[in-house]
Amino acid sequence: MPLLSLKNVSRSFGSTRAVADVSLDVAQGEFFGLLGPSGCGKTTTLRMIAGLEKPDSGSIEFQNADITNLPPERRGFGMVFQNYALFPHLNVFENVAFGLRARHKTKAEVAERVASALELVQLPGYDKRAMDELSGGQQQRVAIARAIAIEPALLLFDEPLSNLDVSLREETRSELRELVTRLGLTAVYVTHDQEEAFALCDRISVMVGGKLMQSGRPRELYEEPSEISVASFLGRNNLIKAMRVSSSKTTDGEFKTLEGGHTLHLTVKHEELAPLNKPVFIAIRPEHVQLNTNGAENSLRGHIREIVFGGATSTVRVDANGLLLEALVLRTDGLKVDQECTVVLSPDHLTLLKN
Amino acid sequence: MKADQLKEQIRNYPWASVALFLVTATVLIYGVIYPNLSVVITSLQRAGTWTLANYRELLSERTVIEAIVSSLGLSVGTVLLCAIVGVPLAFLFERFTFPGRRLFAALSALPLVLPPLVGTLAFIFLCGESGILAHGIQNLLALQSPPWRLQGWPALLLFHTYTMYPFFYVLTGAGLRRIDASLAEAARSLGASKLIVLRRVLLPQLTPSLLAAALLTFMTSMASFSAPLFFGGDVRVLTLEIFRARQRSDDVIAVTQTVILAILSLPALIFFQRYEGTRRFAAAAMKGAPRKRVTIASGKARALATTVAVLFAIVLVLPVVTLFVVSFAQEGSWTTQTLPSAYTVANYQRLFSDPYAAEVFFNSVTMSAIAAVAALLWSFCIITLLRRRRATQKFVGEGWRRLLSLLVLIPWALPGTVVAVSIAEAYGKPGSLLGSFVLVGTFWILPVIYFLRFMPLVVRALQASMEQLDPTLEEAAGSLGARAWQRFTRVTLPLVWPGAVAGTLLAFVIALGEYVASVLVFVPANRPISIAIASELRDFNLGAAAAYGVVLIVIISISMVVAGKLERLRS
Repeated sequence: MPLLSLKNVSRSFGSTRAVADVSLDVAQGEFFGLLGPSGCGKTTTLRMIAGLEKPDSGSIEFQNADITNLPPERRGFGMVFQNYALFPHLNVFENVAFGLRARHKTKAEVAERVASALELVQLPGYDKRAMDELSGGQQQRVAIARAIAIEPALLLFDEPLSNLDVSLREETRSELRELVTRLGLTAVYVTHDQEEAFALCDRISVMVGGKLMQSGRPRELYEEPSEISVASFLGRNNLIKAMRVSSSKTTDGEFKTLEGGHTLHLTVKHEELAPLNKPVFIAIRPEHVQLNTNGAENSLRGHIREIVFGGATSTVRVDANGLLLEALVLRTDGLKVDQECTVVLSPDHLTLLKN
Repeated sequence: MKADQLKEQIRNYPWASVALFLVTATVLIYGVIYPNLSVVITSLQRAGTWTLANYRELLSERTVIEAIVSSLGLSVGTVLLCAIVGVPLAFLFERFTFPGRRLFAALSALPLVLPPLVGTLAFIFLCGESGILAHGIQNLLALQSPPWRLQGWPALLLFHTYTMYPFFYVLTGAGLRRIDASLAEAARSLGASKLIVLRRVLLPQLTPSLLAAALLTFMTSMASFSAPLFFGGDVRVLTLEIFRARQRSDDVIAVTQTVILAILSLPALIFFQRYEGTRRFAAAAMKGAPRKRVTIASGKARALATTVAVLFAIVLVLPVVTLFVVSFAQEGSWTTQTLPSAYTVANYQRLFSDPYAAEVFFNSVTMSAIAAVAALLWSFCIITLLRRRRATQKFVGEGWRRLLSLLVLIPWALPGTVVAVSIAEAYGKPGSLLGSFVLVGTFWILPVIYFLRFMPLVVRALQASMEQLDPTLEEAAGSLGARAWQRFTRVTLPLVWPGAVAGTLLAFVIALGEYVASVLVFVPANRPISIAIASELRDFNLGAAAAYGVVLIVIISISMVVAGKLERLRS
């Protein structure tokens, strides 16, 4: 039984459809991610969960109770805002105590819970500091302390790490995950950064253009994207347009690429994924494109167009008779521009995408 | 289930918004819509029937046409002169730095905070035919008669330029500061000369600022009353004609002229509201660095700039210094001398011991305070309605919002004369919206008029504070469990009060020196300071009049310093 569930939720702003018919479930204790490019509706979805926006249609249920029309102050969810939204006129203690005072807790309880929240985010002794005396990372911790001090039934994060610099971001990320797990909280985390989502979340839903495209564990999404938009948003991907030529009755798929006219073989898991006489997209990650190895299947002839040095790995662009492919290699030794080469697209790594 | 849903709907209905809407609507109907409608209706009626006769008769009179033409001419002339003075000064002081720059910059807005009546008074003492300058030149050159008379068009234009040039100076300066420095640099790198940069890049971006300054100057000049009254000579302006008609008890004529004056002043407001939108856009679009001031390197140019700065600084403070000097003059000690010959503190002593003086101070302070505090409370009502909030959005749509903000601005855009006459007309006899209560003739008429005239300032100040308030703060408070009232008292209020109180103080000090509207409707029970100043001046008690003026300036200065501190507290 899910803790939180959104059912066919939609929200428009004027003529733009920000969130279109989104349904999702979050289980108790789950760290759930909403991932998508900016403007995809993920923040609006989060704000509807928080009660800061009202859906035009659809419903939101929490612990089996309909909370669609419940104002935010009666939901008891903690939220960490992108800009932290710390109260500039209050010090650290008062910021963290805000939600407790709104609940009319006793003085002793407020003091105790604020102290333990600050302890948890490793800011003990910062009680009296003003907001402008804190660094970005410290402000971020205060925002988290403030959200967990109310012992939220659900913790919501709206790109909380995007204002931190890179090194601090990675450090805070692992601390955050550890904290949420330790407290046994359920979290919904919005981000446009796939690496962040992969590192933090148990399960992720990818949103593009207001729609929920695919949900799953980070690894599943990365390795088996089902949609073109997911495949192209999550990391780099070679998208190959091809047509099925083999019989649709077998799981053995034979495809002809529209560019280059190569023949590719791969296993078709569901029949409807590759109807005959209709172009489909096949994806393969650059790191799975092999150069100059002796693979038996799906080996194409081509020549190297460009080699781009990128530090630990380099990108090699290959032109296989008009079909452009990117390969990620660790070493570029022995590779030269204009050189002839073979490209092997292993059937295990080819993914059929839904059109 | 059904009953539960109903309960939930009742609980979620924006009741607070409904209450706020009712309060706001009541104030606007009683204070803005009804009074303005009554003057229009009275002007269109004669002996109970609808007719245009009042207008036909008025407009066939040469004096009325003359007043309309003079008012418009004076205002257009004022706009041009203020632009000629204010814009170059803004360029000089915003773009360059040199010794003396800060001195002028600190004093530049002084005329804006001087009450018009006090400014008029100071001008008479300084530039009048028996003022310090005229006497000085007469004595120096041993002339038989004063070298000039401070009267008519030149006097009015000079005074208007002195008091209203800051609109151009301040707004042009702000506009220049907003312009992205890299735009001018980009134009230069594309081969444009300095002149082309000015004409094709800077001026087009300044247009909104210049337009706003022109409109403000025009509106203020149309409303000008004290200067035409005291040294307008035989220049007829509408505000003065209305005043005279009311003194003759020609109420219908006064009302009809009031409508004409309102019609001539209001288009400026519409333009002004349009401009507001573009200004926001310009401010939002700016992301680049503001341009740094250039140090003037050439010695001669620097000396010239410094001279201009010092000269203008002297011009700015001279009227105030004059007022100060005259306030210490012994009665009768200033006849043909350049400066008064004997000094005394008797004027101030009288001010603090005379029960009459104490009474007018008490009246002005009480009435201004009532008006300002009411304006503050009311501002919170209307701003809460005008903000785009989930709860209010359902109840007060976009069209309503626009109408409300226009109605709020109307009393500010209308000349004080119009506001006073319309309130007097609407609530001058029983049977109005107030039932059998007659507002005219009571103490309350002035607080009401002060409130209407100056509440737009407070609304504006609060609106500016609210716009700076990060909306996620209130959302954060909500998500932490704070209910609407807690969000307001614990987050919104602590963050916006400095701006709101600064605006309230501004409204308070302007009301303190109010003359235009007061002179039309005051009664013995609420005689304000300005009326006392004017009557001392009529009785040639120059020292006493000046002493009133100085005390007023001191109160205003203290309030402005406090307001400035609060503004800084906000940011």
